[in-house]
Amino acid sequence: MPDVNSDLMTPISTTPLVEISGLCKWYGKFSALFDINLNVSRGEKVVVCGPSGSGKSTMIRCINQLEEHQAGRILVDGKEVKPGMKNIEDVRRDIGMVFQSFNLFPHMTVVDNLTIGPIRNKGISKSDATETAMHFLERVHISEQATKYPPQLSGGQQQRVAIARALCLKPKIMLFDEPTSALDPETIAGVLDVMIELADGGMTMICVTHEMGFARKVADRVVFMDHGEIVEIADPKSFFNNPQTDRSQLFLSQLLGH
Amino acid sequence: MDRNSPPVAAKGRFTLLDYLLFGIVIAFVFYAVYRVNDVLVYQWNWERVLGFLVKYDEESQSWVSNLLLQGLATTLRLAIWATLFATLVGVVMGYWRTCQNLTLRIIARCYVELIRNMPPVVFIFIFYFFVSSQIFPAMGIDSIDTQGEFAQSEVFYFLFGNPALFSNFLAGMICLALFEGAYITEIVRAGIQSTPTGQWEAARAIGLSHFNALRDVVIPQAIRKILPPLAGQFITLIKDSAIISLISIQELTFIATEVAASTTRVFETWILVGLMYFGLCYSFAVLFAYLEKRAKRSDR
Ligand SMILES: Nc1ncnc2c1ncn2[C@@H]1O[C@H](COP(=O)(O)OP(=O)(O)O)[C@@H](O)[C@H]1O
Ligand SMILES: [Mg+2]
Repeated sequence: MPDVNSDLMTPISTTPLVEISGLCKWYGKFSALFDINLNVSRGEKVVVCGPSGSGKSTMIRCINQLEEHQAGRILVDGKEVKPGMKNIEDVRRDIGMVFQSFNLFPHMTVVDNLTIGPIRNKGISKSDATETAMHFLERVHISEQATKYPPQLSGGQQQRVAIARALCLKPKIMLFDEPTSALDPETIAGVLDVMIELADGGMTMICVTHEMGFARKVADRVVFMDHGEIVEIADPKSFFNNPQTDRSQLFLSQLLGH
Repeated sequence: MDRNSPPVAAKGRFTLLDYLLFGIVIAFVFYAVYRVNDVLVYQWNWERVLGFLVKYDEESQSWVSNLLLQGLATTLRLAIWATLFATLVGVVMGYWRTCQNLTLRIIARCYVELIRNMPPVVFIFIFYFFVSSQIFPAMGIDSIDTQGEFAQSEVFYFLFGNPALFSNFLAGMICLALFEGAYITEIVRAGIQSTPTGQWEAARAIGLSHFNALRDVVIPQAIRKILPPLAGQFITLIKDSAIISLISIQELTFIATEVAASTTRVFETWILVGLMYFGLCYSFAVLFAYLEKRAKRSDR
């Protein structure tokens, strides 16, 4: 977004945190992403939506190289992220990711789930890592569950632990892949509240979600994808009230239909 | 109705049909015994065979184990060593089966397919003659001093049995281990692959290296899944070890063959040996079932 204060900022913070240009990805012969261009500035919140199979997950998973792209460039904080790179762990440390199915480690306590990353790849001592972990567990309102194992928690609680686990690495950006889609309705609000608090704290976020309330409240921009392409980018108000393309109109009418 | 006393299910009680089936089975057993005793007029003679289990030693004035029990001990020794060795092979090969490196994957795949598609007897004949005529001499195992201090010690006997038969024992053990290792390879591979991809992704997403993801996330979860089938494979290995008798390893089946021949009590010998195998295997099955149950209870 154009910023009136941009000339007051240091040059580094005016460059986008994530720059995606000409990104393409094929699974065999199937084109999952084609010519994706998207820049995300520091502190910006982008909501990605679109029909199932439109490539939303694939796109955000390319950012931390859980999927390898075949063409185009991805820059995270000015550094190029590309397939087969040696120190991919260094990049991933700056990128928090939250999955639809939580993917907590079931054989570790909640605290251990949070500390394993910092201990293993940042060389942080166990006591320091535990302190950080407790801090973030408090921030997601779940510190009383610290010594439990993930399967003992509800879906909503697990997802909040997953968010805390990602935050423990002090990432520059958080990626969310349909974080509330696998949750029971009564636990969704708790997770969204945590995400809203995170957004208010200034975190850069890319969220794949169909929670329109969240998008309206938090998003700076909404990205609509279909068939592996970005079809429309708009601010939430105009996207939801006045979608510009046939495909986004169809998608929104189906979303509101049920 | 009382909320705290649910109706008792009828499951687990005998019905008329059960009694009927039992009756038929018992009648059949009696008939078989009758055939053997009265029609074939078979003279049972357990004494001589049981004498090969334990015998009274005049010299030391006590009961000592005889050939069959010694054979059972050898079988157990073989099974335990072979399981350890096979697990080692299985873990390495199982990991190779799933790793990124194509060469390692091909090697592991060849190993598994070669062994799984060959009768064990054939494999063991080929391998035994190769090992005992080529590898052992090259490694100098044949020239191990069987009169040495360690070889003559109690510990050695407890671990490997008669030192004079050590190279024989070792060859049999390796054959068995390589054979069972192929099955353990598949168990390990299944265990590693049973860890959902989401676990890998989460581990990689928080910046764990491939090695750390494997060590901290995938393997601990895989081990829990692997242990029960591994225990089952151990019991299978005990039974499979009978094949080793064909290359003259003096384990239970080999000894049984000799006892049956020398006493001419074929029926009694093999029934007794069958019961010994059953006792050994079933004890382990019960033990493993108990351990598994306990592990599950302490599980979250
Ligand atoms: N590992 C894969 N192999 C083959 N096709 C895949 C794979 N992952 C995703 N796809 C395909 O790529 C397309 C985009 O998938 P995805 O990014 O998961 O969509 P979305 O998250 O928008 O529902 C889908 O058609 C899906 O079937
Ligand atoms: Mg998806």
